[in-house]
Amino acid sequence: MCGIAGLIHRGKSSKVGHELQGMLQALKHRGEDSTGYALYGDTDGKNFIMRFKVGENVGEGSTSVAEDVSVYDKRKKIVDSYLNEMGAKIIKEERILPYSLRYEIEYNKKDLLEFSQKIESIPGVEILSMGKSLEVIKDLGNAKMVCDRYNLDKLVGTHAIGHARMATESGVDIKSAHPFWGYPFSDVSVVHNGQLTNYWNNRRALENKGMRFMSECDSELIAVYLAEKMREGASLEEGMKESLSGLDGVFTYFVATKDSLGMAKDTMAAKPLVLYESDDLVAMGSEEIAIRSILPQEIDTYDPFDGEVKVWQI
Amino acid sequence: MANIKSVSKKTKAQAMGMHTEVLTGRTQQKFFNPDEAENFYYFGTHDVDFNKRTDLDVKDMSAAEANKEIDNLMSQGYGTIVIKNPQGKHSLGVGILNKLNLIFEGSLGYFGMGSCDGPIVRINGRVGWSCAENLMAGKVVIEKNAGSCFGAAIRGGDLICKGSVGARTGIDMKGGTIIIGGDAGAFTGFMMQRGRIIILGDVGINLGDSMYDGTIFVGGEIGSYGSDAVDADLTKSDQDWLKRKLKVAEIGENFDVSKMKKIVAGKKLWNYDNLEPTEKKGAI
Repeated sequence: MCGIAGLIHRGKSSKVGHELQGMLQALKHRGEDSTGYALYGDTDGKNFIMRFKVGENVGEGSTSVAEDVSVYDKRKKIVDSYLNEMGAKIIKEERILPYSLRYEIEYNKKDLLEFSQKIESIPGVEILSMGKSLEVIKDLGNAKMVCDRYNLDKLVGTHAIGHARMATESGVDIKSAHPFWGYPFSDVSVVHNGQLTNYWNNRRALENKGMRFMSECDSELIAVYLAEKMREGASLEEGMKESLSGLDGVFTYFVATKDSLGMAKDTMAAKPLVLYESDDLVAMGSEEIAIRSILPQEIDTYDPFDGEVKVWQI
Repeated sequence: MANIKSVSKKTKAQAMGMHTEVLTGRTQQKFFNPDEAENFYYFGTHDVDFNKRTDLDVKDMSAAEANKEIDNLMSQGYGTIVIKNPQGKHSLGVGILNKLNLIFEGSLGYFGMGSCDGPIVRINGRVGWSCAENLMAGKVVIEKNAGSCFGAAIRGGDLICKGSVGARTGIDMKGGTIIIGGDAGAFTGFMMQRGRIIILGDVGINLGDSMYDGTIFVGGEIGSYGSDAVDADLTKSDQDWLKRKLKVAEIGENFDVSKMKKIVAGKKLWNYDNLEPTEKKGAI
């Protein structure tokens, strides 16, 4: 059934990694095949942060095939050479796990499509996120396991969205885990709870327009759908409103950009969402206990109605 | 309460509040005979004293532990229990089958007060999905908002939300009354089979979709009507009942009920005769 959570601080920063970990851990009964974070950290905004993987987690429960670490090393070397070819300078390099890396890159071109296509032309390599604030971290296990593995507890930022996944439509692997990056747009991420029933029709149409899909997870469609709408000139909110009729099925999803956080709920209101909104904080999740993990005091919360779209700025 | 020894079997049950409507059509309902009450044992019930009051802090308890402790307190005769720090936990207060004053100082998660029969409950916060599902009797009052599937499949009792509720309120309800002080979401009264829903605010799309029977009263705007939901005349009797009900519910004190819309089943969708399929065959 999956659980989603998100929060945005308005006018200040906070330990969003720690807060989101608490919210997602409270939802772990909704699925702990994998957990993902999209964290918008405080940065100077000069360089891109690229989170990418050169292989899969093949631990317990994974549906991926085991590969030798030397294969990961080879892929990493090709990534480095491609970056060099494209004029992207690696400022800082972290290899958090054998298959998971974080680069800070100096890259001056605005269009990331060509850049991403080049990197992802390497078999087994996927960019999880690319942005000047966004960092997508996703892996197998529950929220605490992933948080500890990637040391997310201390990350300070303004907003974040996350996902606790019970795999249903696709495999137990990182590529099918949420959040999905809104490829090829910098700093756009999406998490989703529900099922999309016109996935293949939409996917074929979007692929014909040159959009890319990395998994067979129906939720990825939302990220690609919104990215395509924005590519055509729509604002995020306009794209989200169009998605209510363009996407068929049951869904509640969150989308985040560098300076905003949005939610959309399908016209059947078939998937849950509880929302807390104050002047300086918006917190939302599939269940109230997610919000209670960061706001234990008595607060006013509500369920957004069917067909509702909301967007908040930092 | 009427004198139960001086009325007929059917009205005795009604006088005891076990059944408030005159049923017509196909039904499997069996009426409880109060004369046999001495022989009747309701499993899981306790004799409680409303004046015997205690607090229960459930902050560090699981839902199962909290519910077990509520049952334990009732077995000790406590008739008024105040629950502290529910903090949005799921499935609190479920399966209470006797009279009890239960007060939650905070909010509940999903399935709160499910499958209850008799308690009077006040929740000073919000409730998540499926609050009071399958309520048989009693009264549950929510001071703030409620999630979707509010009062799903209730058979009786009064369920009152002073704020707004999500989608599918009263889905599959088979009796009782649901009162909403604010707005209600899509598919309110979806497949309801009996009972009444009162919404003082606006309501979303597909109101009363595929409803079998029962009545929905709406004070505000209606997003759209569902399949087979139709308008009906709001009678003087309806207005009197609405005024009484709102007064008892302590909600909408000055609300002008004469302007409410009344929605019922068009009865074009289902089979509305009194015959079971086997009887139908014989009739032909």
